[in-house]
Amino acid sequence: MLSSIGSSLLFINILLGITIILFSLQNLNDGKNLINKKIYHICVFQNTLIIICFFTLVSAFIFSDFSLITVYQNSHSLKPIFYKITGTWGNHEGSLLLWVIILTIFSFFFLLYNKDHPKKYRIYTLIIQNILIIGFLLFLLFSSNPFSIISPTPKEGLGLNPILQDPALAIHPPLLYIGFVGSSIYFSAAIASLLTGYSGKLFALSIKNWVLISWSFQTLGILTGSIWAYYELGWGGFWFWDPVENASLLPWFAMTALIHSLIVLEKRNLFYFWTIILCLLTFILSVTGTFLVRSGILNSVHTFANDPARGLNILIFLTLMILFSVLLLFKKFKSNNYNLNSNSKETFILVNNWFMMFYLITVLLGTVYPIFTEVLNNSKISVGPPFYNSVIIPILILFLFFMSIGPQAKWIKNQFNNLKLLAIILTGGIIINFLIIYFFKSHNILSSFIIISSLFLIISSLKDTIELIENKNFNFARVISHIAFGFLILSIGLNYNFSLEKDFNLKLGETQKFKSYLIKFESLQLKDFKNYKAVIGEFKISNSQNNSELFLNPEIRIYENPSTLTYEASIRSGLLKDYYITMSNIDRSDYYNIKFQKKPFMIWIWISVIFISLGGFLRVFKNASKNY
Amino acid sequence: MLAIISVFFILKSLNNNILYFKSPTDIKLDQDIISQKKIRVGGMVKQSSLKINSKEIRFIITDLKNEIRVSYTGTVPNLFSEGKGVVAEGELVDKNFFIADRILAKHDENYMPPELKDIMKKNAK
Repeated sequence: MLSSIGSSLLFINILLGITIILFSLQNLNDGKNLINKKIYHICVFQNTLIIICFFTLVSAFIFSDFSLITVYQNSHSLKPIFYKITGTWGNHEGSLLLWVIILTIFSFFFLLYNKDHPKKYRIYTLIIQNILIIGFLLFLLFSSNPFSIISPTPKEGLGLNPILQDPALAIHPPLLYIGFVGSSIYFSAAIASLLTGYSGKLFALSIKNWVLISWSFQTLGILTGSIWAYYELGWGGFWFWDPVENASLLPWFAMTALIHSLIVLEKRNLFYFWTIILCLLTFILSVTGTFLVRSGILNSVHTFANDPARGLNILIFLTLMILFSVLLLFKKFKSNNYNLNSNSKETFILVNNWFMMFYLITVLLGTVYPIFTEVLNNSKISVGPPFYNSVIIPILILFLFFMSIGPQAKWIKNQFNNLKLLAIILTGGIIINFLIIYFFKSHNILSSFIIISSLFLIISSLKDTIELIENKNFNFARVISHIAFGFLILSIGLNYNFSLEKDFNLKLGETQKFKSYLIKFESLQLKDFKNYKAVIGEFKISNSQNNSELFLNPEIRIYENPSTLTYEASIRSGLLKDYYITMSNIDRSDYYNIKFQKKPFMIWIWISVIFISLGGFLRVFKNASKNY
Repeated sequence: MLAIISVFFILKSLNNNILYFKSPTDIKLDQDIISQKKIRVGGMVKQSSLKINSKEIRFIITDLKNEIRVSYTGTVPNLFSEGKGVVAEGELVDKNFFIADRILAKHDENYMPPELKDIMKKNAK
């Protein structure tokens, strides 16, 4: 029953998409300045139906309707209700439905909130967006229909992979998707802008908030994924340059570049084509990321089970999209000469864009390089963290310095009249760095540079803030994001440099000494939970330096449906440092493998990222209150 | 111009930092393999080859034709066990002995790295 409701709703939505396109084309030539009310009504209808469609799937998960293959493969009747619901988007089909919903909702809101802009431009955006909606709906219906049925109906489902049964991962896909799919709206708007010639400042204003919203959500999406990997995968870090992580980072770089170039387009009417390229690039990278992750082309350690046919369909769609946008761009491209003063805000923003492109190209090459070597000379390789660290970190230092002085530069022609102050700030950064080295009694030249340059950024942005308060100009969005970025890099630098890590094997009752720490394996107990059994270890960690003691309880969880083992790290988070222990049994022997870590300033990495995205949200609110 | 230089710089560093994936047979056949720094070795954990003490885990990776001894310190993924597929990352001491510093996690018991699938299929015949 639910299956036929769902499938027909999807089908009706395709028809509605076509109707909207037809009405829009008709509406273009009616000579009036307003968009026909009918189009709004169909859009409301389209949104309502797709949301009902989604709730149909959610209810299939809640009521464990195993006649649907997707529910059968990803749910189980004994699973807690929370994970039944979040299981809806924890799989390929469901997450694609979520993708289409966000496309549809964004399309409607863009239509609704841009009434000051010309009709032609809005209608074209709506048409392009609906072409995307139809494309993804077709893909959904024909190669990954969440409402496909299985017969005979199985009695019980296979269950959701236990590592996905986690609160961080429950909200991770929706957040990331708002970022990924949110970028579709400025893809459509960019094409509409090329088609209608609606460009410059007004175009920038029409998409500004959408870029900020998708960027802020994308940032949070990446964060939740990273936190999840930290405690659930037991890797004990925050970033591993895994292809899947990279796939989410690529559009982020493009979006960050776009946010900055939009400011120049808005204030100085420069970089129009470059901004258009970034709009197109962001969405193309988002789809590419999904394609790489879903198709199984990239050999990642956390990919869904995959099906080449799906990958091929996304690839065809992607190729069409890229071809169309590149052709259009070439057709409309006019090279315009502008004179940039090399010492001006415009140039500094351009420099930001260069850096973003550099990072983007680095991560892209590192991610896809293994595919090329495999195809070209059949050698199987992988690219690990050393590559990214050696390329990105040295450039990051330069980037932070530009980021410190750039925002204070003036438009058109800038003069540095505060060199003395900058020198003082720099000296301050260097002194703090030496204090840190003295305090931790260890150092490394590269990370000293990182620490100095991030301190330089933080202090000069703080100085900026004070000036903003004096000018009664309370727009803190930018400084919040910039200071938070400085703190992020600082925390990463400190964390990277001063982490302690030790792996060893212990039997019950044994003790391991490591630096000033004594780690004792005190006890082991078995507990039954609703949908899993847990083997819980108790470890006493005593620090002889300050006579402190703490207990950590890592777990091994045994899930029945599907039968899987997971390791739950035990983490004691603090403002200054995290203690982290994972325990794993080695092939059913008496020995347990223990990973003990002390990670300084871990929590500040998460907090910084939250503040980075907060800056984006604040700017959206500020813009919204200004306009209405 | 600047773009070309930076792409060149990225590619150069890429070439210095890639990890090659080898089977025990590849290692046996390759003459100058020792000179390479870090590699990944994949195959199956040989039955009853696993030995554990408080410092390290020792086992043998086999591709059903050749084998190599491995010493490893660190977390083992939950599906690591004798008779199952494994990918270890680390450095070769000589052609018969490998020191691993990472064993790759797999989340799905039916999952087999694509590299491994081909090799095991070929050798099982």
